[in-house]
Amino acid sequence: MRDFLSEKVKGIKPSGIRRFFDLASTTEGVISLGVGEPDFDTPWHIREAGITALHQGKTFYTSNSGLPALKKAVSDFTLRHTGVEYNPDSEIFITVGGSEAIDLALRSIINEGDEIIYTDPSYVSYLPCIKLADGVPVPICLKNENRFKLTAEELENAITPKTKAVILAFPNNPTGAIMTKADLEKIVPVILKHDLLVITDEIYSALTYGDEKHTSISSLEGMKERTIVINGFSKAFAMTGWRLGYAMGPGEIISQMIKIHQFAIMCAPTVSQYAAVEALNNGDADVENMRQEYDRRRRYLYNELEKMGLPCFEPEGAFYMFPDIRQFKMTSEEFATRLLNEQKLAVVPGDAFGESGEGFIRISYAYSVSELKEAVRRLKLFTESLK
Amino acid sequence: MEKSLELKLLEILSDNSRLEAEELSVMLGVDADTIRNTIDRLEKEKVICGYNTLIDWDKVHDDDVTAMVELRVTPQGGEGYDKIAEKISSFPQVDTLYLMSGAYDFLVTVKGRSIKEVSLFVSGKLAQIDEVQSTTTHFTLSKYKELGVLFKSKKTDERMLVSP
Repeated sequence: MRDFLSEKVKGIKPSGIRRFFDLASTTEGVISLGVGEPDFDTPWHIREAGITALHQGKTFYTSNSGLPALKKAVSDFTLRHTGVEYNPDSEIFITVGGSEAIDLALRSIINEGDEIIYTDPSYVSYLPCIKLADGVPVPICLKNENRFKLTAEELENAITPKTKAVILAFPNNPTGAIMTKADLEKIVPVILKHDLLVITDEIYSALTYGDEKHTSISSLEGMKERTIVINGFSKAFAMTGWRLGYAMGPGEIISQMIKIHQFAIMCAPTVSQYAAVEALNNGDADVENMRQEYDRRRRYLYNELEKMGLPCFEPEGAFYMFPDIRQFKMTSEEFATRLLNEQKLAVVPGDAFGESGEGFIRISYAYSVSELKEAVRRLKLFTESLK
Repeated sequence: MEKSLELKLLEILSDNSRLEAEELSVMLGVDADTIRNTIDRLEKEKVICGYNTLIDWDKVHDDDVTAMVELRVTPQGGEGYDKIAEKISSFPQVDTLYLMSGAYDFLVTVKGRSIKEVSLFVSGKLAQIDEVQSTTTHFTLSKYKELGVLFKSKKTDERMLVSP
């Protein structure tokens, strides 16, 4: 029989996280700090809106770009939180999670051979999505000493005449790094100089903890017209399983993205869209409560890592810490595997997020303080046994 | 300590009073002595009125009985409801006592070891108070939630152990 498989797809490496998941799920008595989703339930009034939608029989397709009421709510919410105004009829559309939006953005802009810059370590889907769209992935290895921020110099050095776009993902998974307004202002001139498009994945924007609120790069002078903003409901509203996100950007790009979406997906889940209207219109207080709870855990965990001598920059976004384990002279894969076997604690090896994650582990604090306490106890026993 | 921080401290403590000053200090970004002093003061001011443990007694001895008793009373001249409330709340069997708007005056939660014990208390003690005109006793059948805590929840972490 012939080989029916696509060479391109065969060339994509499966996610390193999957491998670790299989290992963790077959070990007895594991507690995990390896999860990339909130521990909170979706707030009840949002779930209720979904239930009401079901009761009312709102079980049909919506228009390809999403419910008008939801696009309007996204527009209002975005204006309220970032100060940028998007036209709900032409510049916003609703996707199946932020992940779909990432894929569609890349497929809509890439011609074969276009170079797409992204930061490494990063969320696992940028690299394969660039490849699947026939782009050339160009990672920029971010540095611990820069608190995993992207500097203007690093960006400048990665640009070639073939560079078309740069993917930014701050607050960042896996590092917890953020780019403040001042940080973004330093890279904007480089982007403008080279006439680049920006795809900014701001799925964790609501979870920013320092003194400063999250700034979207699209709010900076000259950027809105060259930026695709991706956001969603999963992290801010604890709605991962509802599979709902959105993309905002220039109408001519959004309409191309909708074209692929209408043939591949049709529309995002209708019930989820009704729940999301409630989330955006009446959920700010829930988001703030969850943010404050994450912040307490963040402070607690950071202090504990410091006390056990595990160096880590203080992350100011998302719900991850990215401690440096190079002092133990083993790979992050080895470290995570031994931690799992010896103390039954699951974390994700940093190299699952790209080459420059090697030497680090990702610890999630989307867990209650009492769970974190037990995990910290195990981590401490493990690191002490290594010293 | 500023008011908003004090409020956050109280919120954390009302969820979990077992956190230590050092832990609270880290979470709130305030030094541990300030935390200790603030808690001391809040205790003195009776803002923090006590530290209880929430126990599902049904699991310890399953014959415990709780009743909600509605009381209609005639307030005594000049002293209003406070005097009667004081009398009622001095019984150790009384768990909570609220003055209510609506069809009756007091709602009393009474705990006892058996239906008989609670009934005897209501008829022999509460109903005997001069100002009490009538009582209506409702026995609870099952407790689902108390002080914001779910008692029957079998909730487990549904998330995958590791995810991107």
